[in-house]
Amino acid sequence: MNEEKLKRLWDMAPMFIEGTPHAKFLGMKFVAVDIGRATMSLPYDKKLIGNAQTEVLHGGVLTALLDQASGLAAVSSFNEMQPVATLDLRIDYMRAATPGKTIIAEAHAYKTTRHIAFVRAVAHEGDVDDPVASSQASFMTTASGRKGANPLERTKDFEDFLSVKSGDGS
Amino acid sequence: MSSVVVTQDDVKQALAEIPFAKQLGIYPLLMGNELTLVLPYAPHIIGNPMLKALHGGAVGAFLETTAIVQLSLTGGKMPKPIGINIDYLRRGKPQDTFARATVARQGSRVANVRVKAWQENVRNPIAILHGNFLISKDKK
Repeated sequence: MNEEKLKRLWDMAPMFIEGTPHAKFLGMKFVAVDIGRATMSLPYDKKLIGNAQTEVLHGGVLTALLDQASGLAAVSSFNEMQPVATLDLRIDYMRAATPGKTIIAEAHAYKTTRHIAFVRAVAHEGDVDDPVASSQASFMTTASGRKGANPLERTKDFEDFLSVKSGDGS
Repeated sequence: MSSVVVTQDDVKQALAEIPFAKQLGIYPLLMGNELTLVLPYAPHIIGNPMLKALHGGAVGAFLETTAIVQLSLTGGKMPKPIGINIDYLRRGKPQDTFARATVARQGSRVANVRVKAWQENVRNPIAILHGNFLISKDKK
């Protein structure tokens, strides 16, 4: 059953970015997903610079990447997959990102309750022991998802997402 | 802080140093020395197209930009974030968002800042940031 869920997760996960305009705008890429875990990357782009002199990425770009990767880890951690909203997010910026380098974000939902997922994530440039930033966040399943009036149901784009949800109980 | 006169040019200069802020279309509103930044609505800051909710990352970047611009007006050269906390209180609707920063403590190396983002009403914030920023001793 886990194998089936994993397969569906892998089918759905790229849509998690493709269906998120801001993630697409920043150029995020899906790398990998597992139950309660997700990895994404963000290639360097000059439009994402936060300091014109140093050409270092804007901290907010890392915020978005960590939020997105953590969100996917949260979604994949629930028994029945459903959309989530970020409740809070704490980020530590350990060092400046190296201009020109791709950032990789790895997220782990280390505890999930009925409606809340607690997620840690780290952003690095290939060496996880030399992180650029790390984060701690909590996510809640959205009210619309809980009521069964999931707005995602209305769109064809998220059919994969929903097939996971409906197939999970079998 | 109150002794520092802030001009529209100062704010524009500080924003010009942040290319990503330009990408998001962030612009200032200045009333006296009180700075409010505006994140205009655009489709590319949406996080959930079905709910039409703004992306937490875009709102986070906006809050952080507001903190940095406020600090660079009073605290010296380009402040760098050390650690930030963001609470997401309400779904960001597809409309313009405003933010204002308060410097809770301005030290010589670190400043503690609180930023509030709202849409219709300042008393109903959609997100709140608090965090520490490293500041350069060189005054502008």
